Amino acid sequence: MAMAQMTQTAKISVDLKVLGPILALVALIIVGALLNGNFLSAGNISNVLSRSAFIGIIAVGMTFVITSGGLDLSVGSMAAFIAGLMILVMNGLLPSMGAGWPLVMVGMVTAIVAGTAAGFINGFLITNMRIEAFIVTLGTMGIYRSLVTWLADGGTLSLDFGMRSVIRPIYFDGILGVSWPILVFALVAICGEVVMRRAAFGRHAAAVGSNDQVARYSSVNVNRVRMMTYVMLGVLVGIATIMYVPRLGSASPSTGVLWELEAIAAVIIGGTMLKGGFGRVWGTVIGVLILSLIDNILNLTDGVSPYLNGAIQGVIIILAVILQRDKKAEG
Amino acid sequence: MSGTGASNLSLSLSAICRSFGPVQVLHDIDITLAPGEVHALIGENGAGKSTTMKIMSGYLAPTTGEVRLNGTPVSFANSQDAEARGVVLIHQEFNLADQLTVEQNIFLGHEKRRGLFLDKAAMRAETEALLARLNCSVDPLARVRDIANADKQMVEIAKALSRNAQVLIMDEPTAVLTEREAETLFEQVDRLKAQGVAILFTSHKLDEVKRISDQITVLRDGHVVSQGVASDYNEDQMAEAMVGRDVSSLYPVREGEIGSDLALEVAGLTVPGFATDISFTLRRGEILGFSGLIGSGRTETMEGLVGLRSASGAVRINGKDVSLKSPRQAQAAGLCYLTEDRKGRGLLLDKGMRENLTLQSLPDFTRLVIDQGAEDAALTQAIEDFDIRAPTREVAVGNLSGGNQQKLLIAKVMLADPEVVIIDEPTRGIDIGTKQQIYEFIHALSAQGKSIIVISSEMQEVIGLADRVLVMRSGRIEGEVSGAEMTEDKIVRLAMGLSAQKEGAA
Repeated sequence: MAMAQMTQTAKISVDLKVLGPILALVALIIVGALLNGNFLSAGNISNVLSRSAFIGIIAVGMTFVITSGGLDLSVGSMAAFIAGLMILVMNGLLPSMGAGWPLVMVGMVTAIVAGTAAGFINGFLITNMRIEAFIVTLGTMGIYRSLVTWLADGGTLSLDFGMRSVIRPIYFDGILGVSWPILVFALVAICGEVVMRRAAFGRHAAAVGSNDQVARYSSVNVNRVRMMTYVMLGVLVGIATIMYVPRLGSASPSTGVLWELEAIAAVIIGGTMLKGGFGRVWGTVIGVLILSLIDNILNLTDGVSPYLNGAIQGVIIILAVILQRDKKAEG
Repeated sequence: MSGTGASNLSLSLSAICRSFGPVQVLHDIDITLAPGEVHALIGENGAGKSTTMKIMSGYLAPTTGEVRLNGTPVSFANSQDAEARGVVLIHQEFNLADQLTVEQNIFLGHEKRRGLFLDKAAMRAETEALLARLNCSVDPLARVRDIANADKQMVEIAKALSRNAQVLIMDEPTAVLTEREAETLFEQVDRLKAQGVAILFTSHKLDEVKRISDQITVLRDGHVVSQGVASDYNEDQMAEAMVGRDVSSLYPVREGEIGSDLALEVAGLTVPGFATDISFTLRRGEILGFSGLIGSGRTETMEGLVGLRSASGAVRINGKDVSLKSPRQAQAAGLCYLTEDRKGRGLLLDKGMRENLTLQSLPDFTRLVIDQGAEDAALTQAIEDFDIRAPTREVAVGNLSGGNQQKLLIAKVMLADPEVVIIDEPTRGIDIGTKQQIYEFIHALSAQGKSIIVISSEMQEVIGLADRVLVMRSGRIEGEVSGAEMTEDKIVRLAMGLSAQKEGAA
């Protein structure tokens, strides 16, 4: 009898953990709709989703990093650096290649390669050199931020005007009225969800985050799994940057500032354990949407200043972690 | 005996029962710890020793029955309360802050103060006095992580004494000590005894029990089955009381034939810092025992063999030279190691049985994605083959009993289908019924032609299971025994070096 009772309470609490972020999102949508009639318009929804896409794509990668017990603080400045690099490469090759899709492709390849390399560097220092992820990525965060400032000479790196009109559609066009960033975000999220739940890699990442010794004794190549999470995150930062550059056509020292915190916050709000061992990509997607909606609602309504956005996000992150906490862990 | 000072305490348990949920683990326990006496509490794993000690020291409350201090019923609110009244439990795992000094550890939580500041001079003086009382020469300023295990034990005791402990309860104090270190500990125990401290300790080493205890209580399945003056017992009588039946029937009789071909050949295996020049062979279907004291390098040797530690040496599996740099390579070559630390290294305690079962052989269940149907089928099979009892299939394995965890761990490793499997401490912390099952599994695997290495600290287990036994000492193979030579006496002598023969060995 005691046993039956135990499993039942376990079930209820699990359900609450699963449903929590969804309920919060639904509540936000209702609040938004009540406060502003324009909130549910196609234009606003598309706008919110497109702007969520950058953080969202990165947050999917961050989910894997955190699930395997790691952390990456460098993604924001990494994105800025990659954006700067992409712009410089395209500007540099413009005279020889001319404005057109081949040059855009080169820019994309640049972003992906740079992202891969940046992820590899983080992963290498963390796994092979055995330095704390927090320290490594704090370091690379400073390095990339400084590099982009240096490349821009303290100002702004702007894509040549000839290229802007060519590259613009990547952010502003789409299929059937759904813009490319939204489509790419959806694709990345779906792939991430499948990999997390159904592929050996996702299972290994959770195992490493849960107890890396057990993983090691179970013939899992712990270093490779960790490395792969950072490389994957780097690639996704590259993809997010490809979506981002066409939007403004420029990169500056303030590009991507605090993206790392938003990405980490989205992951945690979504129910992934900060200490590793359990992650869910769909939760991260909901986390991203929650953060974007708060921003959007504050912008659409007059009651609360949008400047308080950060404060509200902070409260929500702390609340999410409090709800996530296991009762047992307190003992 | 000088132990009649006013501050001396006697602690007694009277008709103590304790249940965890529906399971009663202690039945009417009566024990009295008298000042100036050493009381040994012995019993098999799971007999209720820890629970008894926890009730004595305020970590657990009895379900029914009374704890008495000097005859007066008390109820400890918690362990701090018990400590304040002079009853201190020293855990088997040291409860010390590694980064702090000996002195800081001794006064951790009750630092002496003078006004707002720490009174370092007073603490230094008292530390020195305490260590002198224990005849321990460790430097009060040394960091705990830098001192030897025996000294850590002394620091634990000093810490207890600094809180004016009059009843000292020690959970397997010698488990991590070498023979010589244990001897030093016993000298200090004698000293404390002379000062009128009441001491209770547990140990699996019956010769030690014989050596230092005045009173003995034997627990079995939560009952006191035997109690009396230590001089009335010999080691055989203790063992018989503990197990309660003829121990030899625990182990199955070999049924399958041992093959003639060599499944594993190891030559000159050296694991830096732990093992030197280890060479041995293992035949198909054979069960080879590895014995030796804790710290003799058995586990590290095997970890080196399967690539969990860096090691050098030649390894042949089924006559083929192999190079094993990682557990993955070892597994691919047909060699798996089953860890002794099932909670820390064996199983993901917060995951379900399915995830744990297939973790080691996940590639076998994966095309592009994991075939969860096949995983479920494998779990059903494992539950049946290894008689794993769990409330539900989804239960987090941390909530399983130790015995069922161990069965799951064996199932997990065997799912990788190794030719040779190394099982480190197959039955640590497991009740006797499950032990017997696990011994049967091991024999069944051997009958299927698997070659098995069993590492065990339990002498009886190695003798009962293995066809032959290699004994390690200080990182080397000291000798081999088989057949009629496989006796505790012979193994103990090898494990301690021939010169260390002792008069009390059974």
